[in-house]
Amino acid sequence: MDFNDSPEQAEFRKTCRKWLEGNAELNSGASREDSFGSSKHLEAAKQWQKKKYAAGWAMLHWPKSYGGIEASPIERIIWSEEESKFNVPRGIYEIGLGMCGPVMMQYASEDQKSRFLPPMAEGKEIWCQLFSEPSAGSDVAGLRSKAVQDGDKWIVNGQKVWTSGAQFCDYGILVVRHDANLDKHKGMTFFFVDMKSPGIEVKPIKQITGGSSFNEVYFNDVVIPDSQRLGEIGDGWKVAITTLMNERLAVGDASGADVEDAFRWAKNQDDSGEPLINNKAARDSIADWYCEANGLKNTKLRTMSALSKGETPGPEASITKVVSANKLQNIGNFGIDSLDMAGMLKSEDPDIKNFQGSWLGAPGLRIAGGTDEILRNIIAERVLGLPQDQRADKGVAFKDIPTGNS
Amino acid sequence: MNLDFSNDQKFLQEEARKFLEKENSINRNRGVLDSGHNTDTELWNKIVDLGWTGIRIPEEYGGLGLTHLELCVIAEELGRFLAPVPFSSSVYLFTEAIIKYASEEIKQDILPKLISGEVIGTLAVTEEFCAPTAANIKTEVSNNLISGKKIAVPDAGIATHSIVVTKSDAGISLQLINHSLDEVVVTHQENIDESRGHFSITLDNAPCALIGDTSNGWDLFESLMDQAAVLFSFEQLGGSQASLDMAVGYAKERYAFGRPIGSFQAIKHKLADMYIALTLAKSNCYYAAWALTSDSSDLPTAAATARVSSTKAYQFCSKENIQTHGGNGFTWEYDCHMFYRRSKLLSVNIGSLGKWKEKLVSSLEQSNKN
Repeated sequence: MDFNDSPEQAEFRKTCRKWLEGNAELNSGASREDSFGSSKHLEAAKQWQKKKYAAGWAMLHWPKSYGGIEASPIERIIWSEEESKFNVPRGIYEIGLGMCGPVMMQYASEDQKSRFLPPMAEGKEIWCQLFSEPSAGSDVAGLRSKAVQDGDKWIVNGQKVWTSGAQFCDYGILVVRHDANLDKHKGMTFFFVDMKSPGIEVKPIKQITGGSSFNEVYFNDVVIPDSQRLGEIGDGWKVAITTLMNERLAVGDASGADVEDAFRWAKNQDDSGEPLINNKAARDSIADWYCEANGLKNTKLRTMSALSKGETPGPEASITKVVSANKLQNIGNFGIDSLDMAGMLKSEDPDIKNFQGSWLGAPGLRIAGGTDEILRNIIAERVLGLPQDQRADKGVAFKDIPTGNS
Repeated sequence: MNLDFSNDQKFLQEEARKFLEKENSINRNRGVLDSGHNTDTELWNKIVDLGWTGIRIPEEYGGLGLTHLELCVIAEELGRFLAPVPFSSSVYLFTEAIIKYASEEIKQDILPKLISGEVIGTLAVTEEFCAPTAANIKTEVSNNLISGKKIAVPDAGIATHSIVVTKSDAGISLQLINHSLDEVVVTHQENIDESRGHFSITLDNAPCALIGDTSNGWDLFESLMDQAAVLFSFEQLGGSQASLDMAVGYAKERYAFGRPIGSFQAIKHKLADMYIALTLAKSNCYYAAWALTSDSSDLPTAAATARVSSTKAYQFCSKENIQTHGGNGFTWEYDCHMFYRRSKLLSVNIGSLGKWKEKLVSSLEQSNKN
């Protein structure tokens, strides 16, 4: 056991570090958060992506022909570890590069790949993902948006929801129902779509945080050429599953208040004339969060160790989001409660902002990219090998599956 | 980056697993529980023959001179198979204390005998029905003679020696005693996991030998706890995994309402939570194993983190394993209760969850100051 890079890895880390030092500033503690999707944030993100692309860092594991440097999984991790130490704009490209990129790489034609992958990596064109619908959340395969084939094109009607960044995206990946007479999982087909197509309307959703990073996307007679179909007709679910696997890797750890913040805060916050850290209940919670935070950190190190040896990692990383989203909610809650009645008040204090923001944002994180419940099902079925639940929607034509009112 | 055991260590673990499986260790545990013998001496002798008691003992005393990492993988398997032997008392606590703190003369005498099985040791600290502290130790030593009474000493019945936490005018010290002396009386005390017996030790002017110095005993004890915590954590990890495996196996086979109970989300989510607790514990154990082997200054924090995570994981997995088994889980006949009992024994031995949470936060405060 050791925590050292191999000589090649150390050399690679040095190269990453050197380039980052020449092109960005180290984190200073205060996080830069221009509000998500604002023109200022978007501009900064585009510039940073462009710089990275020019140097080969944008999608470093991709083939050279699409702008990558064919880096290994461990090199990718080393890069992102180093990049995370720098104060650079985040949050715009994760979905496009993390989910749309891999699916295009696997299913698009050679011509399409040459046309779309380099500008995606460079950040000139931003991509989004159009899966969820008002009646298809955890049960994504319950989607109802309809595609009707008309010669060499398809006409799409329906509504998507929870689309991050749709308001500024250029392209999107889309799964729709082409035949409601077929079984639920067989009647779907997968496309990519120009978000500037006539008939697409994007409406932001105001979230409980007050922000709007998600949207509703309406499709009214939107025309998509058949050449933009990814996979065969009827393969939509298979392609979507490939994408969702990538999402779980992309979502990962929650950002926001963590145990270090709770600990630092507790040392300074008053609790009836004593520092809060002397309170037994506070100490008990901090111990639990420390074990969770480090459990996740060390789990990641185990995954990296496997990659570093060229082995396939075990399923251990599947616990990450369930643990981190709940921890985030509990720590936010702890910070607010420690202020007693004043915990309601908004403040310029960065810690208070962080606790309140984490508490308000955590419910979203416990849902996005697989709810706590769906993730537990996945652990139970895929990791522990338990049998699937009995279902009312198997072997039934989609149009005959019972639906509620919402 | 390599937070993993080496191939040799994994091989050793595999061998340990095969051995304990072949020896039907879980069934032996049931036998010990039913017979009231408190230890399976036959299994213990085989373990001694395999050389496991000498893993960490330096080669100059005839041991294997290996690291704590080898001990960690063995601990995990002993936990998985509920081995009813005094390994934690004799190896993690007694042997480690001798290696770390004893005089050369005592090492020359005792270490080879630990390897051959002639000596089995334990650690005697508790005196009252509350957690031991430097302030409530009353067992007194003067002129190399100890008087007092220790209770809840694990494995003292089979042990030939103890290290006793004592006090004198100089402070707290650790003292080595031999159970065969007339001044030492070892008496069985009934406990809730009789597969590992607990005993009182009454000392009436019993001759002893000093381990460490006359005033630093409590510091040595605490430092011993930090490293023992890592080994206990691995044993707890093995027990957690076995409990989860049992629950998963049963949930696949047991049918209710015309389907396997493992197809119900209420069961799935419970088992997923067990997997989550176990995975957090395992990763923290790996880090603590590294900290222990590399003499990291992070050891007190890393050990407490592993200990808290593993205690929580084993308590959770063993109780929810019973729950998953329904009424069967509450019978003596099913194995669930043996894991439940052992989870409690391992969690209060060397200090309970609350104590280790407190140690964890204190160590964070400490490392934050420096």
